[in-house]
Amino acid sequence: MSFLEVKGLEAGYGPVQVLRGLDFNVEEGEVAVILGANGAGKTTTLRALTGMIDTKGSILFEGEELIGKATDEIVRRRIAHVPQGRGTIAQFSVEDNLQAGAYIRKDKAGIATDLEKMFVMFPRLLERRKQAAGSLSGGEQQMLAIARALMLSPRLLLLDEPSLGLAPLIVRDLFETLGQINREFGTTMIVVEQNANLAFKIAQKAFVLETGEIVAGGDAKTVESDDSVRKAYLGY
Amino acid sequence: MGTFFQLLIAGIETGSFYALVALAIVLIYQSTGLKNLAQGEMAMFSAYIAWQLWAWGLGIWLAALLAIFFSFLIGMGIQRIVIRPVQGAPLLTIVIVTLGLFLGFNSLAGFIWGYLVKGYPSLFPGSSWQITDTVRISAAAFGGFAVLLVLAGSLFMLFKFTKIGLAMRAVAYNVETSKLVGIKVNQVLMLGWGLAAALGAAGGIIAAPKLFLDPFMMFGVLIYAIAAAAFGGFDSPLGAVIAGLIIGVLENMAGFYIGFIGTDLKIIVPLILILVTLIFRPQGLLGHKIVVRV
Repeated sequence: MSFLEVKGLEAGYGPVQVLRGLDFNVEEGEVAVILGANGAGKTTTLRALTGMIDTKGSILFEGEELIGKATDEIVRRRIAHVPQGRGTIAQFSVEDNLQAGAYIRKDKAGIATDLEKMFVMFPRLLERRKQAAGSLSGGEQQMLAIARALMLSPRLLLLDEPSLGLAPLIVRDLFETLGQINREFGTTMIVVEQNANLAFKIAQKAFVLETGEIVAGGDAKTVESDDSVRKAYLGY
Repeated sequence: MGTFFQLLIAGIETGSFYALVALAIVLIYQSTGLKNLAQGEMAMFSAYIAWQLWAWGLGIWLAALLAIFFSFLIGMGIQRIVIRPVQGAPLLTIVIVTLGLFLGFNSLAGFIWGYLVKGYPSLFPGSSWQITDTVRISAAAFGGFAVLLVLAGSLFMLFKFTKIGLAMRAVAYNVETSKLVGIKVNQVLMLGWGLAAALGAAGGIIAAPKLFLDPFMMFGVLIYAIAAAAFGGFDSPLGAVIAGLIIGVLENMAGFYIGFIGTDLKIIVPLILILVTLIFRPQGLLGHKIVVRV
């Protein structure tokens, strides 16, 4: 049994079907990257995983079916989702955002320790602890969104285009941090990314989505060296 | 000078129940972006429940506390049964639904208890303290103000220091992110309606001895409360409290000091205030203009 087993996943918005039967597995501790052009269904895949859209098929997380469960129930299985556009609460202070991230946790001491860890990992957030999230720069907001998700102490972390709108240097830092999180905490991750070069550096697995179907998938190295993938997503 | 202070005290007394209803309106507005026009009628209905319990022989304090508790349940029930099905509908639809609630509660109260004005027992003794030769503070004025402070203070503590308060604030600002951190959004919204109904109930019960209980008791209060919420800022509970008190005081003073206003034209005071607020500071006295960097 895989950590996450997705079978025949279908989803759409009203009459428009976006996902046409996805099958993929992710093992515990892995980083999987989902590549694809705009409109291929990458964001929809993540939204389906956290129950934010009506879906058909099967999503087994540690053997438990997630389809039909409400988002808050899925989050209680410690699946954290950083949506596109960052998903922080703009009017909340940095600290309140982080506290909200730990909403379902009961271990006060653990929350306090994790809060300190976030401030070590993202020193800018410590400087802006009392500031409203909406007043942070784009990069800082993305850091906050990831830190917010980590406060859940997630077993599976879903990231939707974390590099969107960020300067190249910041993106590189961001991916270094993500790799570090994966190594240190063993957090399993699914990253949707257009910036394929960086994503491949931390990924063990990769899937290529085209119009709602997986056209290539498996070991990241194999996918990376595939000629058509290189042409389409890596640009060389 | 004596008259001035006497008017100030009277203003704070009426301002206290404007503030309570305004606080209820702000509470619901914050969590759902909806201005509940039925808030006053719900408070009137709650005042009737307390009256009924009292008429059946309960002490007025016990009757009031039970009525506040029932109102909490009724508020949650309304959210679940009436409001949830229209969540996400166009604003106009929801406004019409709250208007329906307004008429529903008004008619229901008339149907059950009739339209005759009822005398209402006060929570507080009829005594008063002579402060100076010309200034007296009644126990009712002092008590109403104290209830406002206690309830507003508790609400503040709830919002600021508890997990459920954090969840309520989170849902108010961002439903999607709230779901993604595991908050049960529907339950939080229900709780918000329950708390608002309970606050309104307290306002209605305190207002009833002064305004006398009939199904139309809260018409005026609702207008003043909406004015207070607009003046203070629809997203600011503290603003609602302060603005409620200011409006109570202004109303009393204007009625006395500005000759042509008198008691008949008092109602234009909050309307002018709404207009001036909307022109010069649309977000209200303490409301927030949302500033978001992209």
